[in-house]
Amino acid sequence: MEYFAKRIIPCLDVKDGRVVKGVNFVGLRDAGDPVEAAIRYNEEGADELTFLDITASHEGRKPIVDIVKEVSKEVFIPLTVGGGISELNDIYDLLNVGCDKVSINSAAVKRPEFINEASKRFGSQCIVVAIDVKKVAPNKWNVFIKGGREDTGLDAIKWAKEVVDRGAGEILLTSMDADGTKAGFDIEITEKISKLVNVPVIASGGAGKMEHFKEVFEHSADAALAASIFHFKEIDIIDLKNYLKNNGISVRI
Amino acid sequence: MIGIVNYNMGNLASVANAFKKIGAKAEIVSDSDKLKNYDKLIFPGVGAFGDAMEHLRETGLDEAMREYVKSGKYVLGVCLGMQLLFESSEEFGNHKGLGIIPGKVVRFDKKIEKTHKVPHMGWNKMFFQKNTPLFEGLENPYLYFVHSYHAVCEDEYVIGKTLYGYEFVSAVNKDNVFGFQPHPEKSHDAGLKVLQNFVNL
Repeated sequence: MEYFAKRIIPCLDVKDGRVVKGVNFVGLRDAGDPVEAAIRYNEEGADELTFLDITASHEGRKPIVDIVKEVSKEVFIPLTVGGGISELNDIYDLLNVGCDKVSINSAAVKRPEFINEASKRFGSQCIVVAIDVKKVAPNKWNVFIKGGREDTGLDAIKWAKEVVDRGAGEILLTSMDADGTKAGFDIEITEKISKLVNVPVIASGGAGKMEHFKEVFEHSADAALAASIFHFKEIDIIDLKNYLKNNGISVRI
Repeated sequence: MIGIVNYNMGNLASVANAFKKIGAKAEIVSDSDKLKNYDKLIFPGVGAFGDAMEHLRETGLDEAMREYVKSGKYVLGVCLGMQLLFESSEEFGNHKGLGIIPGKVVRFDKKIEKTHKVPHMGWNKMFFQKNTPLFEGLENPYLYFVHSYHAVCEDEYVIGKTLYGYEFVSAVNKDNVFGFQPHPEKSHDAGLKVLQNFVNL
């Protein structure tokens, strides 16, 4: 039996130094202090943490760097940061304070060479490309940016292949159709992309109950990310991992 | 005082934070002349083997590391730092390593790629092969791995193995030198325990 674990990744959306959560970026609710939340998830058995910086302004000092710096003093699991990363210096600043991976989204769509440059400079292992997808026709998914508002016209499957060829070490795949529904991950596109590429795929969007995690892991996802169900304690990570283990899925307990 | 050897391969903030968390004194050292001043060395790193060796040679850290090992003081190589302890690596061509532990570094066998992704990235169990003080208080723990290459060496040096498609060498020990493929500084309580055990050696 192999013991390679499927990963559970809580996502913290950070705005102006606080964790927030809303549906499609509207109706943001304050969900607490990010450092405290990170420590809590660490204690509960999260395998990794993702911080998404949704601070509107990218001018001047980036508070997310300070948050990561504080978190990395107390939390000894991998940390990923996404949101507004468009220059090599942004990546350098984050890695320098204890961040392990960065997640690049719209900057990769606007200038795909950025993936090559970033993975060459810092190594593929720390470059995650986030892909937000929406089904536009039967068996066809497009890549969207700006929180699902703008269709780039890119075919999601082709784009996934391209980002890996360019050096992405992992894909964070968010289904805009599933996101916020709590009706389960988008199994179809997750499985397609996960079987196509030889880097790990993190499924995101749609988690509502423990069965959803089991389902997506059984369909080739390497990791699953969720936000509100963890923040608002609808699912406890320890319970979730016990449930998965009892259902034959390798998890780190 | 523990020296965290900096050879420009990966950031060392997390390693320094981990030692601070367990209450051990550690600082980053980049100067080859200063290695000998430390009681123990941790030799971390991520990235490409060839680039790392080039930097080690340019700065004289390669020779300083070999000298340090001869002094009998403890060294812990982590991830790329473990791989560099061996004689050679086939990563992007063939590169000579520090030659401190007999053996070589190879890429994960292509035959596993139908069922396993490479890099091997995530949490996996290490199965201990020998009793060593480095593993005190731990039992086959889950640890965090990120790598595409792994060591191949004689069983006498192997203290930990991990199953990913096949069993590979994930921890080694020769005399005063230890090598550890996963990242203890990112492996939660189990990883901090390994660092604590290293401090206690």
